[in-house]
Formats: sequence, C-alpha cells, structure tokens
Amino acid sequence: MSISLLVNHRCCEIDIDNADTPLLYLLRDYLGLKGTRFGCGTGECGACMVLVDGHAQRSCELPAGSVVNKTITTVEGLGQPDRLHPLQQAMIDLQAGQCGYCLSGIIMTAAELIGKSAEPSRQRIVEALSKAPNLCRCGAHARIVKAIEAAWQKVAQGAGR
Amino acid sequence: MSAQRLPWSIQENPLLSQWVDFGEPGIAKIFSAKVELGQGIITAIAQIAAEELGLPMHQILVISGDTRLCPNEGYTAGSMSIEVGGNSVRTACIEARQAILERAASIVGADASRLTTDGGRILVDGNPSQLDYWLVAPQVDWKRPIRGTAAPGGAGRGTYIGKNVARIDLPGKVVGAAFIHDFELPGMLHGRVLRPPSQGARLESLDQTRAERLPGVVTIWRNGDFVGVCCEHEYQAVQALEVLRRAARWNEGESGFPVYRSWAECLTSLQSIDSESEVGEPTVAAADLRWVSATYSKPPLAHASMAPSCAVAQFDGERLTVWTHSQGVFPLRGAFAHALGMDESRIDVIHAQGAGVYGHQGADDAALDAALLALQVAPRPVRVQWMRDDELAWSPFGSPMVVKISGGLTAYGKIVDWYSEIWSGSYGRRPGRGAVNLLAAAHMAPGIPFSDSHEVLGSFAGSARNAEPAYDLPHRKILLHSIPGLPFRTSSLRTLGGYANVFASESFIDELAHAAAADPVEFRLRHLSDPRARRVIETVARISGWKADLERGTGRGAGIGFARYKNTAAYVAVIANVELAEGVRVSKVYCAVDAGLVINPDGLINQIEGGIIQSISWTLKEEVRLADNSVGTRSWGDYPILRFDEVPELAVELIEAADYPPLGVGEAAHGPTAAGVANAVTQALDFRIRDLPITRERIISATLRTS
Repeated sequence: MSISLLVNHRCCEIDIDNADTPLLYLLRDYLGLKGTRFGCGTGECGACMVLVDGHAQRSCELPAGSVVNKTITTVEGLGQPDRLHPLQQAMIDLQAGQCGYCLSGIIMTAAELIGKSAEPSRQRIVEALSKAPNLCRCGAHARIVKAIEAAWQKVAQGAGR
Repeated sequence: MSAQRLPWSIQENPLLSQWVDFGEPGIAKIFSAKVELGQGIITAIAQIAAEELGLPMHQILVISGDTRLCPNEGYTAGSMSIEVGGNSVRTACIEARQAILERAASIVGADASRLTTDGGRILVDGNPSQLDYWLVAPQVDWKRPIRGTAAPGGAGRGTYIGKNVARIDLPGKVVGAAFIHDFELPGMLHGRVLRPPSQGARLESLDQTRAERLPGVVTIWRNGDFVGVCCEHEYQAVQALEVLRRAARWNEGESGFPVYRSWAECLTSLQSIDSESEVGEPTVAAADLRWVSATYSKPPLAHASMAPSCAVAQFDGERLTVWTHSQGVFPLRGAFAHALGMDESRIDVIHAQGAGVYGHQGADDAALDAALLALQVAPRPVRVQWMRDDELAWSPFGSPMVVKISGGLTAYGKIVDWYSEIWSGSYGRRPGRGAVNLLAAAHMAPGIPFSDSHEVLGSFAGSARNAEPAYDLPHRKILLHSIPGLPFRTSSLRTLGGYANVFASESFIDELAHAAAADPVEFRLRHLSDPRARRVIETVARISGWKADLERGTGRGAGIGFARYKNTAAYVAVIANVELAEGVRVSKVYCAVDAGLVINPDGLINQIEGGIIQSISWTLKEEVRLADNSVGTRSWGDYPILRFDEVPELAVELIEAADYPPLGVGEAAHGPTAAGVANAVTQALDFRIRDLPITRERIISATLRTS
C-alpha cells in the first residue's frame, strides 16, 4: 500500500506492507532520516521522539496510518549543520553529551517545551524530560538540562525583541 | 626517554608508519586503535597530535579502530586510552616531526638545531623555507622504529593540551546519521536473530513456513540453536522475528538456577578457585586490637546501553568486512577467524561509533550475527540490530560480588590489620584469539562454548581491582574466591571489581571511623601519607563545607568516598549529600579529582560527572534479576536507571597537577560515589545498608528489622 506523509515540510509517498508499520521505521528505513533513533521500541526511552503537529511523540509507537495528514518534524528538520536550531547549537556549545545517542530525542522533547512558553524554567525542563521519559545512560543529564535552559533563554530573548 | 619506557602500544607497533601519515597534502593522519565510546578519546588524541606536530586541529585526521590501517592496541578499556594510547600518539608525533626536521636539515644544508616549524611550514633560523611537512615527508624513512629518544619539541606551545577543545564527533550526532545503527550500504538487508528464551535452552523444532511467506523475507538461516532472518526492510525483519519466536519450540531443561535469599548466600555457596595475596605481617598484639567486620554485596549489573547492539557485514566472495562498535577490532578479528574457520588476512574489522557502552557488551556478538548472515546472502551487506530485550538479557553482565572485610584497630584509632575476602565471577571474558566467547558461536552446532574463566590474584584479576585500599596499612591480606560457574555470562563492565571493592572498603573505613569515634574525613587523612590522596580529600571537604559530628538519623546525611582508581590512575574524592523521602534522594555531589596532566579539562569533567551520575544509578536502582535460568530484567520498566529528576547538582573541582603524567578518569568516580552515597545514607538513617542497590524497599525492610 502507498502512504503519504508530510515530513520536514516535504510530502513523501511511501510503499509499505501495512499501515501499522511504526513511523520510526518509515523515517529511518524509507526516508533515510537516521537522526530519529531506535532505543527500545516500547516507548520507554525517548530516543525516537519526533514532533507531530508540534507535540513530541515516540515514533516507535506511532503506526504510520495514524500520522497521515499530520505535520512531522525530525531532528533533521529542526536544523542542519549550516543553520543549527538553538537547541542543537547549545548541546554543542555546552558539550552536553557523551555518546550522544539520546540527544536527538531529547532535543525534540525540549523543542516542544520551549515552543510552548516564553518563560525559561529549569524545573519544567527536568519535568518534561522525566515525564517523556527521555533516558540518558552516560550521565550527561546536568549538562543537557543546562544546554536546554541556555537555548530556551536565547529563543525567549529573540522572541522578546 | 629510554626504549624500555616506550608505551606498550609502541612496543607492539614500533614503526613510525603505523602511527602517522603525511601522504595527503595538508593533512596529518593519525592511526589509533583506541575508539570513541562517547568518552571523547578521538578529540583528545587529535589534541595531542595537533600539539606535538604544531598543526591546527582541522589538519589532524584521526583514523581509529580499523584493522586495515591501525596499530593493534588491543582493547579500548580500563581508562588506559589517554595513558597508553594518547601517550603513544604523542611519542610517535614527536618523533615524526623530528624525523622530518632532520631530513629537511640535510636538504637545506643547515644544522637541525636551526630548524623549527610553524603550522607545518619549516623555518630556518625563524625564516620561512620552501619546505613543509608534506614536501619533506616522501623523503623520510617511515619504516623506521620509534626510539622514543626525541625530546618534546613543544611545537604547539601549549595551544591544545590542557584546553577545552570541543568534541569533534558531537555536532554530527545532533543533526542526523552518526552511528553504526545509521549505516546504509547499497543493497543492504536487515537482519534479526532469534535468541533462546533462557541460558542453555536447545531449539527442538522450528516451523519456518509462515515466516518464509512474510513480505520481504530473503532468507531464514538456522544452525543448531542459532536462527537468523534477513529482510529487505527493517520492520519486516522485526515482524519476521516475532513470527519465528512463536514458531520455535525450545527445550529449556529441568534444573533452574537455585533461588537464593541474597547474593551473599548465593556466591559464598558456589564452588570457587581461591588465591590470596598478603603484604606485611599480622600484628603481634592482635588480641589487644578492637576488631570490626562487615559484609557487603553488589548484584549483577547490566550495561543497559541506550542503543541495542548493531553491526553491518558484507562478504564479497573473497573478503569479509565487518563494521562494529566493538572495543577491540583486532581481538575480534582473531575470534572471527577461529569461529568462521577463515584466515585472519581475509577479514577486515572496522570500528563505527555506537551508543555508550561501558565494557564488553553485545557489540562483538552482534558483529558475528551480522557476519554469519552476510555469508548466507553474499554479496549483499547485512545490518543486524538487537532488540531491547536482547540487549538487556544477552549482553554480558558485571558480576555480582560479595566483599567481607575485617579490620583491627588500635586503642589510638589506627588500623593495623586489614583482611578482605572477595567472592566474584569473572570480569575478563572478551572475545579474542585465545577464546572466541561469542554468542552465535556458542549457539551454533557444534558450537564453541564460552571460556570457563576464573581470576587469580597476581595475574589479571578484575574482580580484585581496588581490593587493596590506598591507605597506609601495615598488614593487609586479600583472599579472592573466583567463581567460574555462574549460570549467566559475566565480563568487563566499567571499573570491573573496582566499584564493589571501593564501595565496600570505603563503607568499611566509615564503620571503623565510627568505632574509633573519629570524623570520617580526619580518620582517612590519619591513614594517608600520599600527598595527592590527601589533597583530593581535603579539597572535597573544603568545597562541600564538610562538618564533623553531624547528628545521625535525621533523614539527611553527608558521606565521603575516596579512591585512586586501580591504585595507579586518577585520585577521586566525593562527598554526597542525601535526603530520605520516598527512598534516597541524592541532592548534591561534590568531587575533587587529581588526574595529573589534563589534556581536555572540560572533557575530563564531563567524564567525571557521567561517572558520578551512572554510579548513583547503579547504587540506588540497578539490579539484574534472574528467574530460573532466564534473565527477568528485559525492559527499561524491569531495569530502571536514573531519571532526569533524580540527578543531583554536581560540583567538580580539578586539581592542578600538570607536572604529573596524565591519568585515566573514565572509571575513577564510580567507587567513591557509591561509598559517598552509602555513607551519607548511613548518617541519615543511623544504620547501614550493606547490600546494593539501596532501594526504598531495602530501607523499609531494614528499618523494620532494626526497630
């Protein structure tokens, strides 16, 4: 069957076996968008977060059929090396990672959060990442939270100007 | 520098050409078998090369972990990458620059002492010549052995060493493809492997008919108890695996692993191979001493990498190429040669980055999975990725351990006798030439079983790492009970036995301090003459505002832990502040580190912070559970790790010690953090929990027992 998705402002037609195929596999295997990562396949780690109509969702649990006609954004759509999103830039500036496998999913959770409110709040960052949940195994948590806060402040200042 | 003092990696790979190459104009290629695990080693190695060659970072290209190109440096392990790998690159770069300068001197007809360099250009008496590294390089004999006699030239004038250079690999990881998992080769198939439901289960029958009819299935390959499937698309392989799982009939045998009430009961009842080591003489007046004794335990721990193991392999009919996130591409090639009956010279093993792993996990096993399937579908490449439950259940574990310590205190509060008794499985079962130690090889027919390894004090004994405390103890004796027959696979996990041994000995030092009515900080200093050890303890006490004689049992506490990792690597002292609410909450951790000369201070602090956080996770939450012969912890729900809202504030202070050689830190904070947390919990509760993890349930049941 053919399915049509709107990913990173691009309309994509994909031939798949069935509409239950999780979005994660479509992004990685059919569209070559490898920044969305498989961690557990059961919605427990947050490595596969994407934005669906602006909301951070776990793509390993989203059947392709459920996201037709919705706007999907992956980490590639958020920013590219020549025009990084403030969250991506802050992760690099604050060296907020060790292996970095969890970062793209964390960036997507944070992207929804900082898009919702103009008031940066460390507590809300911690809450959002714990609730998602986004896991990190290397112990880069403290830096990650600081980086998101820094990016949020930058975005909030930009919006206030 | 004398030849005897050359780093081990250079002794094994003595030629300049094995380390440095100027074949590409404007680029210095550096070859290293130390691989990136998220610890920032590639950046640190590039910094070292940039410094010694006097080149900017962007002219350095580090090629790592490629059996076709790199020196054989064994594994990336044991916090040795900077100490040995980094030092080797440094030695090679110093000598490469000197070789070029000597050659240039004879070209221009000047004494070599008049030559210097500036960004790869060669200067004579400080003035530019027509020459640079790349023009002279073809005339240098690169096949000459490294002698280690060249004096450091200071070519980089301290531009890169000791500086916070940003990680080379991080930008790519926040924008898209960056990992082995993201590999895409033309015509690549996706593979999955059906693992047995439990250790030792045998595949009685497998009805493949349904799976064979699924869309995209290219091949299903069974050999003994090994079953793999290859499909055109990844999700097809995931679905085919589930169909195969339902179609497989396993014989799980009869006897399960006996159920024990505790690891102490379990490990002390299993058969062991014993060895001991002793320093000093027992105190003559032992009868006058006050004796304290306590037993501690640590459960099996999982690597619990964020990503399941993954590998890509391709067989072109002649050569087998394997891309892997293994920590030892050369030993893995040796194991492959044995397992596949193929000459090593026909196998290339190339490192590609994976998610953080902390020792020997499933990377090597996944590489053999991919290779076996690639041989079936040649010449198409195959990418194999494990599922989450495979990763948690089939990666080797860090062994459970029990540590019993007895100490004799004089009337003046000095420790004079120290006896440590350790029960542990093996930490050294990586694949290599000597032993294959790969899952698929064990599951195939006829099968190459895992090596039944045990450890002996005096040779490699990972389980005894840091068993000997760094204190001045006139008499100390270590007895190791190494258990070869654990019914699950154990191997290297970050710190090996260091975590449990430091947790135990540093908890025990607090118990002795308590018995001697001494302040734990002062009591430690009383037994330490090494000024660097004293300094980290004094520093952490100062920055944390440590106060002696705080009231116990108030629900809040502060505790200290100290160790010099392996007694040869970095010195770390930690003070943890905890609060008891729903279980233990670590609110703040202070840490002082002396790692000698620091290549990249921010990278080092990042490693220490990560070590502290990972250790808190191990100490408060983690335990692999077994049900019969099967692993019961197979998801993040079963095996929770520290969440963002459980991470404390961190304050890390680096001690200036640039006159000393660089020391590894990747594993240095784990033990001290565990002890600091345990000692803080003891102060908060007014009694001690000696079995890890320190969970809410454990605190409640211990409270009920003591009241």
